[in-house]
Amino acid sequence: MTIYLESLSGGMLIGASAVMLLLLNGRIAGVSGIVGRLAQGVGLTTNLAFVLGLMVGPLVYLLLAGGLPTVEITAGWPMIMVAGLLVGFGSRMGSGCTSGHGVLGLARLSPRSMVAVATFLSTGIIAVTVLRGIGL
Amino acid sequence: MKRNIYQFGAALASGIVFGFGLSLSGMLNPVRVQAFLDVFGNWDPSLAFVLGAAVAIAYIGIQMMKQMRHPAFDHSFQVPTNRKIDAPLVIGSALFGLGWGIGGFCPGPAIATLSLGIPQTVVFVVAMLIGMTFYDRVWSRTP
Repeated sequence: MTIYLESLSGGMLIGASAVMLLLLNGRIAGVSGIVGRLAQGVGLTTNLAFVLGLMVGPLVYLLLAGGLPTVEITAGWPMIMVAGLLVGFGSRMGSGCTSGHGVLGLARLSPRSMVAVATFLSTGIIAVTVLRGIGL
Repeated sequence: MKRNIYQFGAALASGIVFGFGLSLSGMLNPVRVQAFLDVFGNWDPSLAFVLGAAVAIAYIGIQMMKQMRHPAFDHSFQVPTNRKIDAPLVIGSALFGLGWGIGGFCPGPAIATLSLGIPQTVVFVVAMLIGMTFYDRVWSRTP
C-alpha cells in the first residue's frame, strides 16, 4: 500500500514540477529535450539549472526521508551501454521520452505523444519479456 | 538580466521538485521499472500511478496555461505544435522503449541518480549523451 501512495505522491510532484516550468518559464519539462539542447549548447543557463536541480532532488529526499532512494541495477555493463545508446538516440529521434511525451504530451492530449507513449511502452514490455525469456 | 535570474531559479526549483518526485515515486529504481514493464511475468503496476498522477496535475497546468497570455518570466510559451505522426516519431520511440526496458532507466532518473555516485548510471548517461549527440549532429543531418 505504501509504495502506491509514494508512487502517487511522487507522480503528483513530477506533475507539479512540470507545471512550474510551464507557467513560469513557458517551457516543457521534457528531460531528453532539455539534456539534448544542453549538449548542443542551446539555452545553456536554464537547461543547466534544471539538470542541476534534478540531481539535487535525490539529495533533498535523503535529508527529508533519512535515507537514499533505492536503486537496484541488475543489467550488466554491456546492457547498460546498449540501453544508454538506445535511450539517447531514440528519445531524440522520437522528440521525447517518458516526461515530454509521457507527462506533458498526454496532458496536452497530443496525438503524437499518445502514439509515442503506446510505442515505447510496447517495446519496453517486449524488451523485458525477451530478457526474462532468456533468463536475464 | 533580472529575468534571467528568475528563469534560472524557476528551472532550478522545477528540477529539484522533479528529482525529489522521482526519488519518492520509485522511478529511480530500474528493478521496479522493469517489473512495471514485466506485464507477462511478475507485474508490479505501482509505477502506473506515477504517470497517472503526473499527467493529472500537468493537465491542470495546461488548462491554466490556456488562460495566460505568456508565462511569468518569458514572452511566450514554447509548446510543440507538430501534429504529424511520422516514421521518426514511431521508430525513435520504439528504440527508446527498448533501451528503457533493457536498462530500466529513462533520461530523468538516469540524470537524477548521477548525484548518488553509482558507476552504472554514470556509464548509462555517457552512452545516452553519445546516442543523443549522434542523432542530433550526424543522423538527423545526413540526407
